[in-house]
Amino acid sequence: MGLKNNKEKINVRDMIEKNKNSFNLNSVTEKVIPYILLGIAAVSIITTIGIVFTLLSETISFFQAVPFWDFYTGTELKPLGDDAKFGILPLLTGTILSTLIAVAVAIPIGLMTAIFLSEYASEQLRKFLKPILEILAGIPTIVYGFFAFTFVTPLLRSFIPALDPTNILSPGLVMGIMIIPMVASLSEDAMSSVPNSMREGALALGATKLEVTFKVILPAAISGIIASFVLAISRAIGETMIVTIASGSNKAFSFNITESMQTMTAYIVEVTGGEAAAGTTLYYSLYAVAMTLFVFTLVMNLIAQYISRKFREEY
Amino acid sequence: MKYIDVEQVNKNMSPRIFKNNLAKSIFFVAAIFGLLVLITLIYRVFSDSIGWIDINFLMSKLSTDAERAGIFGAIMGTVWLMVVVAPVTIFLGVGTAIYLEEYAKKGRVRNIIQTNISNLAGVPSVVFGILGLTVFVRAMGLGNIILAGGLTMALLILPIVVVASQEAIRAVPQFLREASYGMGATKWQTIKNIVLPAAIPGISTGVILSLSRAIGETAPLVVIGIPALIIPIPDSVFDKFTIMPMQIYYWTIDSALVDEYANLAAATIVILLIILFLMNSIAIIIRNKFQKRF
Amino acid sequence: MDKESSSLNQYSSANAFKNADTGNNIVYDTQDLNLWYGQTHALKNIILPIYEQEVTAIIGPSGCGKSTYLKTLNRMVELVPGVRTSGTIKYRNKDILDKSFKVEELRTKVGMVFQKPNPFPKSIYDNIAYGPRIHGIRNKKVLDQIVEKSLRGAYIWDEVKDRLKENAYSLSGGQQQRICIARCLAIEPDVILMDEPTSALDPKSTLKVEELIEKLKKDYSIIIVTHNMQQAARISDKTAFFLNGEVIEYADTNFLFSTPKDKRTEDYITGRFG
Repeated sequence: MGLKNNKEKINVRDMIEKNKNSFNLNSVTEKVIPYILLGIAAVSIITTIGIVFTLLSETISFFQAVPFWDFYTGTELKPLGDDAKFGILPLLTGTILSTLIAVAVAIPIGLMTAIFLSEYASEQLRKFLKPILEILAGIPTIVYGFFAFTFVTPLLRSFIPALDPTNILSPGLVMGIMIIPMVASLSEDAMSSVPNSMREGALALGATKLEVTFKVILPAAISGIIASFVLAISRAIGETMIVTIASGSNKAFSFNITESMQTMTAYIVEVTGGEAAAGTTLYYSLYAVAMTLFVFTLVMNLIAQYISRKFREEY
Repeated sequence: MKYIDVEQVNKNMSPRIFKNNLAKSIFFVAAIFGLLVLITLIYRVFSDSIGWIDINFLMSKLSTDAERAGIFGAIMGTVWLMVVVAPVTIFLGVGTAIYLEEYAKKGRVRNIIQTNISNLAGVPSVVFGILGLTVFVRAMGLGNIILAGGLTMALLILPIVVVASQEAIRAVPQFLREASYGMGATKWQTIKNIVLPAAIPGISTGVILSLSRAIGETAPLVVIGIPALIIPIPDSVFDKFTIMPMQIYYWTIDSALVDEYANLAAATIVILLIILFLMNSIAIIIRNKFQKRF
Repeated sequence: MDKESSSLNQYSSANAFKNADTGNNIVYDTQDLNLWYGQTHALKNIILPIYEQEVTAIIGPSGCGKSTYLKTLNRMVELVPGVRTSGTIKYRNKDILDKSFKVEELRTKVGMVFQKPNPFPKSIYDNIAYGPRIHGIRNKKVLDQIVEKSLRGAYIWDEVKDRLKENAYSLSGGQQQRICIARCLAIEPDVILMDEPTSALDPKSTLKVEELIEKLKKDYSIIIVTHNMQQAARISDKTAFFLNGEVIEYADTNFLFSTPKDKRTEDYITGRFG
């Protein structure tokens, strides 16, 4: 080993050698830390198990009081009183209608926004519009709820006099606005990841941008785009505050979007807000509805993941 | 014989170009629709709140009397809530991310955790509320105090923090890890001294953005059961509390009864949006400042 | 471990522990080393004795396994998933491929300088002090001394002594690389591995690093991978020519470049391929 011809008499090698004892402590740390981190990472798993377990156990109790079939085919929901009836269909129609309205707004506008940003917009315009979408995505849903209730509903009522003060149309529309950024950014990601060579190939043949978009880009990005639609649906199904505020709590089984309707999420808020006593059928119904909601959104998310995983394999 | 009729092509050309330009304008209108909504929303909220935001509004307790009502309790509730949410979510989120990126081998365990996290991110917030209500409020007997709300919120934003931290850790160049290992550093020394410091800007951006999500989140706390009117200002994590979004919620639905409550809700929204705007600006500043350092 | 190593004691080429000409000891003795990346057989039956206080150059076309071999010498190659090895590499008579050999200890004694300068995004001072610190040296005065000594050792002290608190990334590429060498010197290694240390540098910085290597030679054993044959000829004492994962020829540098024995070596050094 080399002799260092230095004036200072410090020998780092010896010092390191001396410190080896504490190094042994290090090797204990080194062995323990992965397990600690695994424990931390397991919290997310435990959370999922916690959700499934709480929902499932109380839902089972609910189905002992109300038959499964009656719940999912019942058109009457009267949670209070002696002749309480628990049919989920009024909540399902509320949820489905509000989701349909939201999606009818969010999908076309979101997709067109994505096309504009990905295929037409100049770099400057993109730099201006993308942060706007981010801001829109960052606005709390409670603010959208306020907007729906105090602005959109009164505005709509000036066109549609038959519209009730609380109705499913207005929160549906606002929910759609809320979801636009999500559809736009996910679809845009899908479109921008289409290789430029495909774009250039078609443009070089004399195709217009519109033709390129519809004949080349959209088909190539279709799975990413559809995944964004599915996630948008899932998001709309699970959205709570906008519908809770602006759609009221009417539990009638109806398809009239000008009327107040309750969604599954709004029902959960109403029942928990009323502090239903534990052990009552009303209390258990909360879990049955939440379970249904959970399964709906989970299935949607799994579909979206499946589609986008297929998409990632394409290039 | 020619396969391409040049005349026909030329004849089709101008309608094709016209269609393209028409479509472009339609797409443009769609793209600025969001901007229009944003302007309307902000204009609406600000105009409703004019005359309602002053020092009294910020520093007073809640009251049924609209003229005297303030959101000091709600602001403090939000602050206390973050006192629980931030450390819990950073600890769990960054820990999970380190495990997934640095320790977990590619395979079963890692796939399960990763898939689970992306599914958890898609669970509606109201369902997290039910989890919090059942586990923290009732089973653990905490009641609807800040600690219970904070833990619920921490679990809700956990997936976002995990994913953001994973990206930040992944963005630390491999050559820095190699340099550290090359000096005889152990894995944990390398993570602690090199990887985490280099990933901190990215992690903080993610944490701030997810905390701002938590600050605006309402549904889980409604489900946990925050009373409509709380007079005392909380001063520990074991106190009952209200937060700004809850106040917006109650004032909005009650505005049908008392008109001025709509103004209070708008005023609270303005304060909430300002806080969120500041947080997001900080996140963006951090992101821009530390981008591309290597 | 000693028992095992004696049972595996089947030297073929390097039964002498000392270099006949210089009397230098063997620092690394590689015997029948094979390495696979998954299905790819990247190193084949490598037999290579490397002597201390010499500069050993490893040359060869890209993909010939020269970097892989270098990274095997401090077991950095293990960072690549799916790597398998067989055979032995004895460092100072201990088999480093043995599972019981602690990599951290090996890497403390064997420093490495990488292809691209890779200082930590920390101050110059903290970069140099990193090694001593992780090995438990915390005394500020001692650290100050180590930092100065290492920077002097890398002949960059005069350039950076007034800006030790500045981020290392504020330096030029060539300075960064010498900081990396200084960082390596701070833990007083026995061997320094260099993986194409000048390939990312301009000619001027390259020259400085080469001068530095010349100076370091008297205190350290240096093993350098390079794709630059002039560089190998300029600075090394011995040269090994790798091709397709095999050592084709290993000899004194002067000898290898003037009278290569193997046709393939000759083709390579005369620029006929690679």
